[in-house]
Amino acid sequence: MTGPHAAFIIASYAIAFTVIAGLILWTVADWRLTRRALAELEARGGRRRPDGGRT
Amino acid sequence: MGVLTDDDPRATAKPPSAITKRAQRVWSCWPAPTDRTDSMALLSAITSLANPSRFASFADRALPWAAGVTAVLFAAALYLALFVAPPDYQQGETVRIMFIHVPSAWLAMFAYVLMAAASLGVLIWRHPIADVSAKAAAPLGAAFTFLALATGSLWGKPMWGAWWVWDARLTSFLILFLMYLGLMALRSAMEEPSRAAKACAILTLVGSVNIPIIKFSVDWWNTLHQPASVIRAGKPTMDASILIPLLVAALAFTALFTTLHLAGMRTELIRRRLRTLRLTTAARATLSPEPAE
Amino acid sequence: MSSPLAAVLRRDLALARGGGGGLGLVFFLLVVTLTPFAVGPDLALLGRIGSAILWLGALLATLLGLDRLLQADHEDGGLDLMHLAPASLELMIAAKILAHWLTTGLPLVIAAPLFGVMLGVGPEATLKVAAALAVGTPALACLGAVGAALTVGLRRGGLLAPVLILPLAIPVLIFGVAASDPAAETVGPLGVLAGLALGYAVLGPFASAAALRLLRD
Repeated sequence: MTGPHAAFIIASYAIAFTVIAGLILWTVADWRLTRRALAELEARGGRRRPDGGRT
Repeated sequence: MGVLTDDDPRATAKPPSAITKRAQRVWSCWPAPTDRTDSMALLSAITSLANPSRFASFADRALPWAAGVTAVLFAAALYLALFVAPPDYQQGETVRIMFIHVPSAWLAMFAYVLMAAASLGVLIWRHPIADVSAKAAAPLGAAFTFLALATGSLWGKPMWGAWWVWDARLTSFLILFLMYLGLMALRSAMEEPSRAAKACAILTLVGSVNIPIIKFSVDWWNTLHQPASVIRAGKPTMDASILIPLLVAALAFTALFTTLHLAGMRTELIRRRLRTLRLTTAARATLSPEPAE
Repeated sequence: MSSPLAAVLRRDLALARGGGGGLGLVFFLLVVTLTPFAVGPDLALLGRIGSAILWLGALLATLLGLDRLLQADHEDGGLDLMHLAPASLELMIAAKILAHWLTTGLPLVIAAPLFGVMLGVGPEATLKVAAALAVGTPALACLGAVGAALTVGLRRGGLLAPVLILPLAIPVLIFGVAASDPAAETVGPLGVLAGLALGYAVLGPFASAAALRLLRD
């Protein structure tokens, strides 16, 4: 890994690491947030439905 | 890279959750293609995945495996690329950039081909899973195209002496990057998923008709203005000591793409379910206002 | 020509005469005017890059003007009538593109030699630019129609359509500028440009009509 162009190689691998890590984190965060939103909505809907039946 | 691959299976390895089961209940009204095509066993096995709830449970089961395979392949590819592959006699150590650049470029093109195939699925079979696939592939394709451009620039600086050269290949990938961005912009400009699906499918197909024309034009333009290219990256002969690490790296990147694409599609299915639920609750609230609590 | 197509053509030409058709030409003149401020008033340099500037200006003027191709029809309900009309939607879109080119593209082609003189482009090169623009701008209009059809009715459609279509217009630009080069002796690039124009003349109306049909509901 040493040599006159080591900085370019390290920069390449660093950029690749950043982009791939970003993609993975974004995918995981998106999945968790969407799932949580759905769970919340369904929990609320489950509470509300008996109410709606009474009125 | 170690932190990354350790983190990945933990995050995606989830048993079929209660939400997936609920989703299965809701989607059970979906017409299952297998019911009609029982005579064609192989075809039905493939088409059964086109059922959203079956796809969701398949994704739940397959994701931990896909993430594990990706982690193993990346560990192997990194070891081979950094410690086993010898420096090139012409390019020296910078040849190691190729182990990122070439797989990224491969995925940049693969993602577009995948989206074009999915767009045919949207327009001909009107299948929602096809659009879920196309939507999940677009940001991944854009990210890998960006990576190919960035590593190409870093590779080019020691080779050409400039950060950016209007080389035919780099320029083609820049245009591909712009096309990905345009597709993502069109999708974000349309609120309703089914309309966005059709519009993006048409744009993707028009783009795929144009890509060979663009490639040909840019190559021709490049020969017109730049008689001799400085490097022809390993075109004529590639030694096995370079080729094998490159193939392993390409496999690792492809496995990563598959994992992320599968995960993105699973999230997108949940997001669409969330959207319809929100719309129905809003409609119910406006039709029969509930007493204030 | 069957009568619905003639009706579409006549109507669009009449509407364009009412105003708006000259705006693209003014935009083209503005691009030509801005260039000396950006690169300096050096006539030798301007003459060298003049045909490229004319092409960039015409490209932008054609594609930025295309949001009017379908937007007005969308707003006043004309598009719904076109869906119900007896003629095929593809042919009516083609008629609309033709009317749009006659009112916005053709003025650019005619004005290009004049603007070429202002940029110090030689007489032979000026004629070549005009010829290349005459072949190339219809191709751009056909491509741009796809962008207009995809973004019709969108609130943010104005800038979106050029962003979608400009990457696809790069081959037209490459061969258009090559065909405008006075040093080139062959007519090869002009032939490729004509081929592109024919291809896009088929692709554009079909893809636009498909987009309008699918996005109608």
